[in-house]
Amino acid sequence: MKNNNLKLITTVTIIVMLVVSACKPKNIGNAVSADAAAKAYVAPGKYDAFYNFVSGGFSGQMSVYGLPSGRLLRVIPVFSVDPEKGWGYSEETKPMLNTSHGFVPWDDLHHTEMSQTNGEIDGRWIFGNANNTPRVARIDLKTFRTAEIIELPNSAGNHSSPFITENTEYVVAGTRFSVPSDNSNGDVPINTFKQNFKGYLSFISVGKEDGKMDIAFQIECPGVSFDLSHSGKGKSHGWFFFSCYNTEQANTLLEVNASQKDKDFIMAVNWKKAEEYLKAGKGKKVPVKYAHNTYSDKTHSATSEIKTEVTVLSAKELKDICYFIPCPKSPHGCDVDPTGEYIVGSGKLAALIPVFSFDKLQKAIAAKDFAGDFDGIPVVKYESALYGEVKKPGLGPLHTEFDGNGNAYTSFFVSSEVVKWNIKDLKVVDRVPTYYSVGHLCVPGGDSKKPSPKYLIAYNKITKDRYLPTGPELSQSAQLYDISGDKMQLILDFPTIGEPHYAQAVPAEVIKNNSLKIFKIDENANTYVAKGEGATKVVREGNKVHIYMTAIRSHLTPDNIEGIKIGDEVYFHVTNLEQDWDVPHGFAIKGASNGELLIMPGETQTLKWIPTKVAIYPMYCTDFCSALHQEMQGYIRVSPAGSSVPITFSTGTNKPAATPEKTN
Amino acid sequence: MQHNKINIWIRIGIAVCGVALFAVQFVPIWRIDLDAPQYPEGLRLLIYANKLGGDFDIINGLNHYIGMKTLHANDFIEFTVLPYIIGFFALLFIIVAAVGNKKFMYVLLGLFAAFGILAMVDFWRWEYNYGHNLDPKAAIIVPGMAYQPPLIGYKQLLNFGAYSIPDIGGWIFIAVGILLLIFVIIEIRLNSKIKNLFQCLQ
Repeated sequence: MKNNNLKLITTVTIIVMLVVSACKPKNIGNAVSADAAAKAYVAPGKYDAFYNFVSGGFSGQMSVYGLPSGRLLRVIPVFSVDPEKGWGYSEETKPMLNTSHGFVPWDDLHHTEMSQTNGEIDGRWIFGNANNTPRVARIDLKTFRTAEIIELPNSAGNHSSPFITENTEYVVAGTRFSVPSDNSNGDVPINTFKQNFKGYLSFISVGKEDGKMDIAFQIECPGVSFDLSHSGKGKSHGWFFFSCYNTEQANTLLEVNASQKDKDFIMAVNWKKAEEYLKAGKGKKVPVKYAHNTYSDKTHSATSEIKTEVTVLSAKELKDICYFIPCPKSPHGCDVDPTGEYIVGSGKLAALIPVFSFDKLQKAIAAKDFAGDFDGIPVVKYESALYGEVKKPGLGPLHTEFDGNGNAYTSFFVSSEVVKWNIKDLKVVDRVPTYYSVGHLCVPGGDSKKPSPKYLIAYNKITKDRYLPTGPELSQSAQLYDISGDKMQLILDFPTIGEPHYAQAVPAEVIKNNSLKIFKIDENANTYVAKGEGATKVVREGNKVHIYMTAIRSHLTPDNIEGIKIGDEVYFHVTNLEQDWDVPHGFAIKGASNGELLIMPGETQTLKWIPTKVAIYPMYCTDFCSALHQEMQGYIRVSPAGSSVPITFSTGTNKPAATPEKTN
Repeated sequence: MQHNKINIWIRIGIAVCGVALFAVQFVPIWRIDLDAPQYPEGLRLLIYANKLGGDFDIINGLNHYIGMKTLHANDFIEFTVLPYIIGFFALLFIIVAAVGNKKFMYVLLGLFAAFGILAMVDFWRWEYNYGHNLDPKAAIIVPGMAYQPPLIGYKQLLNFGAYSIPDIGGWIFIAVGILLLIFVIIEIRLNSKIKNLFQCLQ
């Protein structure tokens, strides 16, 4: 009897355990269907269909991937030094990282945005923002190099950037941390936020032909945190939309104190109106200090200029530039659909997605349908601007991209998923999980007037068990979904550099044919160029020694240098004489306290070297250039200070000295 | 008296050939295409009447490994003489067309053919010298290996495949030669027909 009971209990327990474990949701491994590999496969030697420009987050750089393969094509150094490429180490590139605070070797690049013409990606430039020391960079997509960096005064934490208007008239920047203006006394108690702290938006004009950036004007706004932004397009061209949090104006424990209000704002900015005021002379010229750095592909060097003035328009005084639209729960993403009619706000803590109508907003503004004002800025009534809400889409909406076919795709950090919904009827159409906790997402052209909706890429913050473990520090990841069908389908998952935030993707054709192969040596206007081995020389100017050196397969000229002394500052100006595609030369010297040089064909780059010990120093080419790359090496003799060894230099002519005869 | 004159259509044809020869001055005559694993896009050496073209700078850079002399247009008497020779032939074609004398045409064919053969012999000699006169201190020495490109056609030289063929100018030359030959044959046939006719009349 007892035995039977025991048997029964055991059987029931086993059955219950089986049933319960069967109820556990299926593992994520099953979410990938069989044809995924074929969809993401790009055969060796074949090109990807899309370029994907991904922000590097705390790496400060921008990475370029091919889609659908997920192959890493290049990492473009932008705001952080890169000893591998000499970026920030060569004398030519150092000025690019100059700021009003001096040389800043690192930053945090969050968002990328490509230049547009008529609301479509034109493939000329891509912009990136520096979130720490506020700056905007422009990368030239002929060379895939950073061509220009402009610093932003009156700002702290440029997060809502570098979003652009539909003809790249402006690239914007905002301030994530409101601070007292640069021109005012900054030495105030931190808890005087409400009295002293302001939020500034910068409108940077972009030269139509050369892309040159210039701060056209700033708008002084109430002290809040500007988070993200997107420009209007089509009918809403002329307007810009910024999400704002911390309208509580808290200065401490923002996690709690900036989450008090049920609604914060999206700020609508009528920048055409701002232009009118600027023309009418309503701007105040304010003394500030900011760096403007440009790189020339002719001189192969950067120049840094410190500018001292900016024009500021006051949103409070000039009443009809800025309007606040209430938006639930600390909005983050602020995205405008391809028609320009719908503005999607994503409250980080909300369980719904509000969609605002540009037409309704215009009517409400015209009718002065305001709920009041915030620090002198009119607040439009929520219902008067609202088109509708997507109900129960998920938890923690962050960002939205569009496919141009009437659908929106929103990322959800908390519920770790991408949700596809229909803009017209605000109904959820499909949802897919992400692994794990997606931040930004990207559809090629997904924030332009003309998306190419073949893929969607989710950029995830957490990877945990997704890849082989690599100690406590794990990579972030990108996940590629095919969205060409009704259902989103996960087809690939790949690790990324740094932390990917926003990204842009574009059909390869828009970019690949403009890609430069070499720099023409005849056009090299570097002060220290040697346009041939005959032009190489070593010139002493006091304790500065300039070495005009050339590199060609497979020797450096000169490769034997004597007459350098302790106390000298030596400048290696290395010109790569090659005029052939994909033949860079590198240059490194023992004991150099900076980095190496990587010199592209036709280019001149300079490495500064201060020898500290009397010795013979080797130098060599670091980039495997040819069969005799390993032979591409030379020596420098460093003599004591005050030595009388004369400067001599040569390649191939310094014959072995005769061995002295023995005298015994 | 008529039988010493060239048919009017053939004279026009010869004149056109003369004009075409003038054009040869401005287009590449020969080309050598090279490809290697490191050069999937290929390198091309173009030979004009008076200069070298294409990627000869890059080819010079690569050739120093095997000790081949660098190619410089100034080193070749051919690049000075060739434009005059081509000009001379162009003029000669037009003169023959204007005069219309058959014997002149036969002589022209002879001269042109001789020049063609001589030119190819010279080209071969040029290739031979470059392929064989190598610097004994070169970095890469493969015993018994010469780097003479093919006169015409394809040949593998270490990691490079070399493909030597006429370019536009060369094809014009060949076309002109063939046309001239055809003209001569037609004339000879016409001649014998007329002779036959005379014989019949007698």
